[in-house]
Amino acid sequence: MSNCRFASAFKALEHWLKGQLHTDEQFTLWFEAEDSQFVRFNHGKVRQAYPVLQLELTLRLIRGERHSSAQLNLSGDFAQDAVTLGHTLTELRALLDVLPADPYLLLDTQEWSTERQVPGQVPELQQVIDTICDLSQGLDMVGIYAGGTLYRGFANSWGAYGWHQCANALFDWSLFDASGEAVKSTYGSATWDAQALSDVFVQAREQLKHLSTPRISLKPGQYRAYLAPAALEEVLGLLSYDAFSAKAFANRQSALQQLQLGKQQLSPLVSLREQPSTGFEPGFGPDGTARQDIDLIQTGKLVGQLVSSRSAAEYGMQANGADRREMPHSLVMAPGELASNDVLSELGTGLYISNLWYLNYSDVGSASLTGMTRFATFWVENGHIVAPIETMRFDDSLYNLLGSNLLALTREQTLCIDSGTYERRSLNSHVLPGALVERLTLTL
Amino acid sequence: MSHAQSSLRRFMQTCADIPGFISLRLVEQQAQTLGVSRNVIEPPSLRHSCGVMVCVHIDGQQAFAATSDISLSGLQQALERAQHTAQSLRGRGLLHYPAPQTRDVQAHYRSPDLDLPLPGTADWLALLMETSQSVPGDPRLVHWSARLRVVQEQQLYLDNQGNDILRSQQQLYPEVGVNAFDGQQSQRRTYSLAQQGGANVVTQSALSEQARRVADEALQLLLAPNTPQGPRDVLLMPDQMILQIHESIGHPLELDRILGDERNYAGTSFVTPDMFGHYRYGSDLLNVSFDPGVPGELVSYSHDDEGLPAEKHLLISQGILQRPMGGALSQARSDLPGVANSRACNWNRAPIDRMANLNIEPGDQSMEQLIGGIEHGILMASNRSWSIDDARNKFQFGCEWGQLIENGELGAVVKNPNYRGISSQFWRNLSAVGDASTHQIMGTPNCGKGEPNQVVTVGHASPACVFSQIDVFGGQA
Repeated sequence: MSNCRFASAFKALEHWLKGQLHTDEQFTLWFEAEDSQFVRFNHGKVRQAYPVLQLELTLRLIRGERHSSAQLNLSGDFAQDAVTLGHTLTELRALLDVLPADPYLLLDTQEWSTERQVPGQVPELQQVIDTICDLSQGLDMVGIYAGGTLYRGFANSWGAYGWHQCANALFDWSLFDASGEAVKSTYGSATWDAQALSDVFVQAREQLKHLSTPRISLKPGQYRAYLAPAALEEVLGLLSYDAFSAKAFANRQSALQQLQLGKQQLSPLVSLREQPSTGFEPGFGPDGTARQDIDLIQTGKLVGQLVSSRSAAEYGMQANGADRREMPHSLVMAPGELASNDVLSELGTGLYISNLWYLNYSDVGSASLTGMTRFATFWVENGHIVAPIETMRFDDSLYNLLGSNLLALTREQTLCIDSGTYERRSLNSHVLPGALVERLTLTL
Repeated sequence: MSHAQSSLRRFMQTCADIPGFISLRLVEQQAQTLGVSRNVIEPPSLRHSCGVMVCVHIDGQQAFAATSDISLSGLQQALERAQHTAQSLRGRGLLHYPAPQTRDVQAHYRSPDLDLPLPGTADWLALLMETSQSVPGDPRLVHWSARLRVVQEQQLYLDNQGNDILRSQQQLYPEVGVNAFDGQQSQRRTYSLAQQGGANVVTQSALSEQARRVADEALQLLLAPNTPQGPRDVLLMPDQMILQIHESIGHPLELDRILGDERNYAGTSFVTPDMFGHYRYGSDLLNVSFDPGVPGELVSYSHDDEGLPAEKHLLISQGILQRPMGGALSQARSDLPGVANSRACNWNRAPIDRMANLNIEPGDQSMEQLIGGIEHGILMASNRSWSIDDARNKFQFGCEWGQLIENGELGAVVKNPNYRGISSQFWRNLSAVGDASTHQIMGTPNCGKGEPNQVVTVGHASPACVFSQIDVFGGQA
């Protein structure tokens, strides 16, 4: 068993809780913790810096077919946390007294045990600050460093136990020139390598030079375009909210419902797979089910959905390890055959889009997406970068972008680590190629 | 006083001899989420969040440390981590932080009706079940739900300048949603509200009535034609106006965006510091206020999260840009006036410039006059899609509900209403502003920004408004 203090604290609470249960009660426990260091930069210097020590526990109390859950913060001190957990247990018992049986409760009562510690080494705060500030000398750099160890634990009263911890560091930043043009970069690793970070900085500096040419203003219309992996990540990020969810399909709110109904098609080049086996997340979810690799789209056809235990009970399906939100966490898109070195020549004349921004549905039923170009987006002529473009809005259907208008996917895939830190640091990632499309519709 | 608040006060007393500025911000939040989906009660969930953010200034460097360990030893460790962080910034910090000016403030803000008891869980669930069962039994109505989230939050801010500011807020979020599907296409209608207060926030929402209405409207949308494309006058109802204000006035006026802090994530602004005092943001009819004193509005408070007293200011007066939204630090950085809007989403994030209550002041037109003044237009209600560029200029928004207006008469229902525009031009097309009878106090719990990321609550109040000659279009279905 892990000798980590958080693992010990979690195990102690689990043991204590088992001793508190009434004979007709069961529980599940989901533990999330991080000891993170955040350093925010602007103009190449530190704008804001702070560590966050954050322990969270979600207790679900089950009595027959009645259940309810409570999430609380822990201190890490057993005596204090046992008191807090005891109060929560009392509160949940009172809540169960007024609840009816839940017809969609489906419990996994199997006993299992797993522990995974991903080795890693994050730098000291002073090293982070000095390295990044030194690399930013003479540059207008703005960005965020987030590093430290992340912990996830699961236990239930039937004997299941899982522990997962990984240390990593992620630096997500942009370099701006005087005209406001910018290049965005990310460096993430379980083992911090200052030289590797420096190499990415050098690449970003080089890319910034391409932006010195005055911007070209494009008219609305249709343009041949290349979406770099980071741009494609935005498209799949939007789809991830509900497009693959069994509940959303049943409620007719999935953006892929026309694909499900056979009224629209995606390109046979498109294959998508939720692949937690190679991601950063633990192999178990908040309700204790083992995460599974799931084919979602194969050669353009919808072949899978993310089915939580609740959806399985409600809609008569087979649960496949998805948690309550039924969102993918480790999405992998199969590569194509276009060599990345040939992207510009194959693009010929059109748009090279490094990043997209603020996507949303203009018509979810037809999977019509709108969003903005952002950061380094270039006009390319005859395979050569000409100039950056003015920020433009696109509005197009997914069935065009990754359907009839998809020409090729790159042979090389890029690992895109989610830099999201809403409430806590994310463990999500995407592995994606770039996409060459025949037409992208710009509207404003 | 809670145990955690007592502990925080004791710890602050132990800091008396430590030189330099120290503040402690304790947040204790209790939330309950209830839902009934297709007449089945969903398992309720509770959330008890508790932690402290420590802030120190050492030699002009500001640093923080957050912890969910609120024991005296846990607070001491957080203080030491904040001090260590501040020391690590020497020569590397962007700013030199002046000592805060506010001293010896004792304040306690309380939400309206905070002392009135709330219904118990069983009563809330009965109400939500009644709401759910109000949805008629039409096979085209494939999904519906009624939900309620109740949040009770206490924040205690203490510093070694003698400031002691307690904030006790109670927020309620009732909502109803219905999905309709005819075998070919689906449409969704929703109702939601977000206000501070007591049970009356929910009871006055008349949820069962709302459920029947949105179910009927979802079915109407299934039969409706797509919104026609082309320029029209647009009448935006308050539940769309709040999104319009939020995205194309609120975010561009956040001073930290203007100062470049958000360039790597949320973005920048088309507004520049030289515009304040003379730039024409909108027509003469546009009056926009930062108003933390509206009873019941979602983010009313007495002081922001750094202890700055909050008061009403006009950000845009008769169309002319007056001041940005920036807290004490941003005001010092920019030499611009600002507002008390330095806010954090919770104990585990440091304050940054955020919207709080951002409102449009009512005008003098009744709803009948607003509609009657439109020759060729469309009414749009209830936001369903939003997208805007990183400078908060080029936007495209979509609504759930549309009704054409021809020759001053409200007419046919249309589906998938969308419109697009450019912020710097759009508000200049504001041609009519509704009076108090069209005005609603609303808000959202989901405004994302900042690195590390933060989601905060935001209050918006607005009358219905008319914008002339806007680019309107429908969906592809």
